[in-house]
Amino acid sequence: MPVSSYLLPYDFSPLTLLSYMLALGFYGVALLRMPEQDRPGSGRIITFTFGVMLCYAVMQTRFDYYSQYMFFVHRGQHLILHHLGPILIALSNPLPVMRFWYQKISPSVRYWLQPLGWIYRLLQQPVIASVLFVGLIYFWLWPPIHFDAMLSRQLYWIMNWSMLLDGLLFWWLIFDPRSPAVTSALGYGKRILLLALVAIPQMILGAWIVFSRGMVYDVYEVCGRAWPMPPETDQLLGGLLTWIPPAMMSIIGILIVLRRAMHEDGKFPKSRSLAGGNA
Amino acid sequence: MRRMLPLWSVFVALMLAGCTGKEENWHGKDISGLMPELEFQLQGTNGQPVTAADSKGAIRLLYFGFTSCPDVCPTTLTDLRRSVRQLPEQYQDDVTTLFVSVDPRRDTPERLASYVDFFGDRIVGMTAKEPALRKLAKRYRTTFGYDDPDASGNYNVSHSSAVYVFDRDGDARLLLRPGLSPEQISEDLARLARESRS
Repeated sequence: MPVSSYLLPYDFSPLTLLSYMLALGFYGVALLRMPEQDRPGSGRIITFTFGVMLCYAVMQTRFDYYSQYMFFVHRGQHLILHHLGPILIALSNPLPVMRFWYQKISPSVRYWLQPLGWIYRLLQQPVIASVLFVGLIYFWLWPPIHFDAMLSRQLYWIMNWSMLLDGLLFWWLIFDPRSPAVTSALGYGKRILLLALVAIPQMILGAWIVFSRGMVYDVYEVCGRAWPMPPETDQLLGGLLTWIPPAMMSIIGILIVLRRAMHEDGKFPKSRSLAGGNA
Repeated sequence: MRRMLPLWSVFVALMLAGCTGKEENWHGKDISGLMPELEFQLQGTNGQPVTAADSKGAIRLLYFGFTSCPDVCPTTLTDLRRSVRQLPEQYQDDVTTLFVSVDPRRDTPERLASYVDFFGDRIVGMTAKEPALRKLAKRYRTTFGYDDPDASGNYNVSHSSAVYVFDRDGDARLLLRPGLSPEQISEDLARLARESRS
């Protein structure tokens, strides 16, 4: 097979291609037009682009073919769409870019976009966000739902997009660069709590898949595998990918948030003592 | 809108799950609405093109396999023939089995013809060049692959082990997973035949 066919999408989705082009396009234009002092450094730009391209690669290259016909590759795909890609994007702090475009939106349009803001704030309630984060993983891995999602093209696309969008929401909540000391961003303690809480159900689910004796996901058996691999091996690898890397990412996330909290310790003494004095 | 997608998708998926959950009395897996209607253009055993329109009005059983298949294909095709024979008399001619060989290198029209003849007269053998087969397999979200040939040039082919059932209108209705008995398949087919006649 020529190299190009590995880079071309297996199942071409114009909407997906368009979304990624718009995301990168808006980011690039904002970088060029925004004032020097707001512009993210090259490290952040590379992190953002890499995160976006990683998600694109698992959705619109040959990787997607293997994700559709191998369970463990599918788990790898969701690991990137729901964890790694969004983590990189959130860590790259695209806030200045978003602010730049927000300022360009006319007030009347902003008025009509308000409902989106309400939904966003609702979804970013810590309890809702973490239930949604874990719930989506369980939902799409529920064996009958998983079977349907792998059989139906529409459901498959809904599944992948919902994982990506939810991943972005959750990790943005966790790595929100605004300090909770001076803004309404979620407090560091709560962020750490969420990260630990979402890790546990993921570990349970992964371990359950790993230690299942029978075939949990027979759709890969029914629809043929991309290459001959014993079904037990496929399921074992998929279970491990559901279990270990997400747990590791929670721990790394906790370390990053802890580091930030320690850096900010004593940084805002005035406002605190004032608040204390008023109380 | 993009931010609303997760909620919407969960909602839509729940609705779809609800729809499929209601009709659990099929033995096969209900795939109504999950897959596109029957459509293909392949080469028949006489070398002429075959399309879905040729078997219009019949219940179609679509199965991917290859004639050198050691056990899965013959077992499945035998089971299908037995389940059709168990149907009430008036429906027996209403079911057509479509056997798609995904091994066009070895399965010449002649070879395919003698193979399918072995499984009765309500079965159509067909194949095509690999790209056309890939396209059809992708449409029904399945795949196939070839093993490396051994010393005598024989190789194994991985393919779907399920049978896709389309009703008289060509809509995808059921997926027969391996492990169903001919009796169970027959019950499903009879129900489908009755339902689309009335």
